[in-house]
Amino acid sequence: MEEIYRELVKIVGERFVSNQPEERFLYSRDPGTMEPHAPDWVVMPNTTEEVQKIVRLANRQKIPLVPMGGGLVLSGLSRPLQGGMVLDMKRMNRILEVNEASSYVVVEAGASQGMLQAYLKKHHPRLKHSIPDAPPIATIGGNVLIHGSGHLSAAGGFHSEMLNGLEVVLPTGEVARIGSCSASPYWFSRSPLPDLAGLFLGWHGTTGVVTKLAIKLFPARPWNDVGIFVIEDPELAPDIIRRLARVQVAEDILAWMSPKPDWARGFQMINIAYGAETKAELTLKRNLIRESVRPYLERKVGGFMPLPPDMKVRFLEAPQSTLAVFADVNKGGGFEYVGAIMPVELFAPAFRKGLEIAERRKVPYSLGARIVGLAHCMMFFYAYAFNRADQADVRRAQTALEDTNALVLEMGGIPWKAETPAQKQIIKKMDPNTFALMNRLRAVLDPQGIMNPGNWEA
Amino acid sequence: MEHAEILHRCFRCGYCKLPGSYQDLNCPSYLQYRFETYSPGGRMWLLRAWLDEEIPSSARLQEILFSCTACGNCVEHCVFPKFKADVLNAITAGRGELVNEGSVPRRVSDFFKAIHLYGNPYKLPEADRGAWAKGLGLEPYRGQEYLFFAGCAGSYDERGQKMARAVAGLLKDRGVSFGILGALERCDGNEVRAMGEAGLFEEIARQNIAQFLDAGVVKIITLSPHAYHAIRNYYPRFNGIFQVLHYSQALARMMSKGKDQGADTPLTVTFHDPCYLGRHNQDYLTPRMVLAALPGVELAEMDRARVDALCCGGGGGNFFTDLLGSGPDSSSRVRVREAAATGAQVLAVACPKCAKMLEDAVKAEALESALRVMDLAELVQARSV
Repeated sequence: MEEIYRELVKIVGERFVSNQPEERFLYSRDPGTMEPHAPDWVVMPNTTEEVQKIVRLANRQKIPLVPMGGGLVLSGLSRPLQGGMVLDMKRMNRILEVNEASSYVVVEAGASQGMLQAYLKKHHPRLKHSIPDAPPIATIGGNVLIHGSGHLSAAGGFHSEMLNGLEVVLPTGEVARIGSCSASPYWFSRSPLPDLAGLFLGWHGTTGVVTKLAIKLFPARPWNDVGIFVIEDPELAPDIIRRLARVQVAEDILAWMSPKPDWARGFQMINIAYGAETKAELTLKRNLIRESVRPYLERKVGGFMPLPPDMKVRFLEAPQSTLAVFADVNKGGGFEYVGAIMPVELFAPAFRKGLEIAERRKVPYSLGARIVGLAHCMMFFYAYAFNRADQADVRRAQTALEDTNALVLEMGGIPWKAETPAQKQIIKKMDPNTFALMNRLRAVLDPQGIMNPGNWEA
Repeated sequence: MEHAEILHRCFRCGYCKLPGSYQDLNCPSYLQYRFETYSPGGRMWLLRAWLDEEIPSSARLQEILFSCTACGNCVEHCVFPKFKADVLNAITAGRGELVNEGSVPRRVSDFFKAIHLYGNPYKLPEADRGAWAKGLGLEPYRGQEYLFFAGCAGSYDERGQKMARAVAGLLKDRGVSFGILGALERCDGNEVRAMGEAGLFEEIARQNIAQFLDAGVVKIITLSPHAYHAIRNYYPRFNGIFQVLHYSQALARMMSKGKDQGADTPLTVTFHDPCYLGRHNQDYLTPRMVLAALPGVELAEMDRARVDALCCGGGGGNFFTDLLGSGPDSSSRVRVREAAATGAQVLAVACPKCAKMLEDAVKAEALESALRVMDLAELVQARSV
């Protein structure tokens, strides 16, 4: 153990390696409900070359290696289930290139969402990236690799769909470039080459350590607005969402259903955020959105909520800082959610059955759905708060999450960034040949089985 | 432990690590060390683990807790309205627990020992405390309108002394009625408090209060925002109620009658908000009013200013203990690089600790030819007729 520590010190310097109880404690857990698993070492590389050396060391010594971004996934994916090293990537946070003409940015994998947002605002104010509603310290790399979604997902789909290319250190230590950057100085696209990015997306760090990536940028409009369409019948939601999305005006469509604040209880609120180059264009877009749901307005089964300017500002905030506050709903400091990727047509049963689970398990809840693409699918979230200081309460939330994961799979959805028990549930439902292919690929890429072991295992 | 009830309520969302713009890391110890343990949320979770005996007391835990600069960025940017005000208080209370247990870093215990034995962290004779005022012809305090309180840095630190002389000289030139305590002055105790030694702080505060009251002090002008903070916000807990001004506030009053007369050659200045004037006492305007009153001075703000200012790294006792350490990621060096990027010729400060920290950082970054650190009083003097 001591020898490994010394090797790591040689690679990254003494300041950026720890085998101390404090780091072992903190990196053994995330803010969600999953039980802790302590690493033996926490390492913070600064360059791709350092990552290579660490991976080679882990390979030689057959030591588990778990890459970590912001550590905010909540489902415990960066806990080292079999000990070994946690690779905290946040020192690798440089913004390497913004290509205004082709609208992309190349960043190191540990660059934070907030840092990129601020950088673009300052240096490229006409461009923005799709920021998730995770706290701004969350990393771009981490979110793309788990198939995140965000404030431009109605326009651009999942964040993994906005990925133009990446640089990855393979589990055996070689560096590979994926996408146009493998054959060109430009990081403009994953096409037209064989799309190897899929070997690293959604794998929870079991196939390599991504060190750089390029993502698409979108226009940052000077005029922005948000409307909230309110309904009382969840059965109406899929058609309304489809109509709102298919106008192709919205940057983000987010439904939310929560018992708090009191005025929102019992309703389904659908936020539609959009931007424009001019005031006239904004008005036109507002009218288009309104027209899209006119049948519902005429039947008086839905309507746009009047929003005072300060509330609009709050709803246009990206990321939504108020979301984290849900953790303190019962002075408990914790929440976790099942993010279910599912078809929009399942909105009503997803909502009703989610409510049943929350009430049955007596957990404070917040439900909602981020629409991906032109209502091609949604990330329906079931968030449950818990009191971190009360183990029984943590267990209650865990049970609600387990019930929800089972429910989602039963309905035909798939839990997103699933906890390891939920991964096993997914595997059970998965075509055996698909899982066999996953295992074959993994065995080829990671012959020693060092990468985040315990994940995507039956 | 006081505030223990909020430790588990921290979600570790990390807003506390950032400024409002999210542009870069704004927690000095996290910026320097990068382990999650050195972030405010990390400290909250570690404290809880330590109180629950999940982790032992260790040298590293001590270093983690005492490397916090108490800058208040976490309090400012925490998104939990119901307990954010006590995030830093919880960390200070945690330090207090370690103090009570006798488990503090050597440099911290040395600091407390120096205060006990010498009455100042510099281990210099109390008799030398008034030496900074030599040759200025300042009067001892005997009922003038204001007491000018130089504090330990203003009394003993070479950079602080220069600043104290500039401030006192200006006050005198502008006809302000004030006196000093000279060798009779004592440490204000703010760093003792911030390092968790509540008992010693109370003793210091009570001694100072008694001395001030005996001398008939009603109004105080402090050199350091740290002293300003302690006297304004903590002395009242021990019935020490005084009208306290930071020297920038006194300067602003003197200069409130329009632009100062004097040199008007163009000078671009950027201002570094001291944490104990800014985030801890919400005064961002006064120093800028002083700068605005100076002819020819143009203010070029850093990206991180006011509530978002990056601490110089000298707060929370680190000015004396240096547990934060040096290097390119030390907040003082990051800060002077940020200041230089504005194109300013002068980095204006309003705190002797900031002055020293940032001046050293300018040297470490080899920026001497581009950027000069000046305190507000030095700037006013330089621009006056």
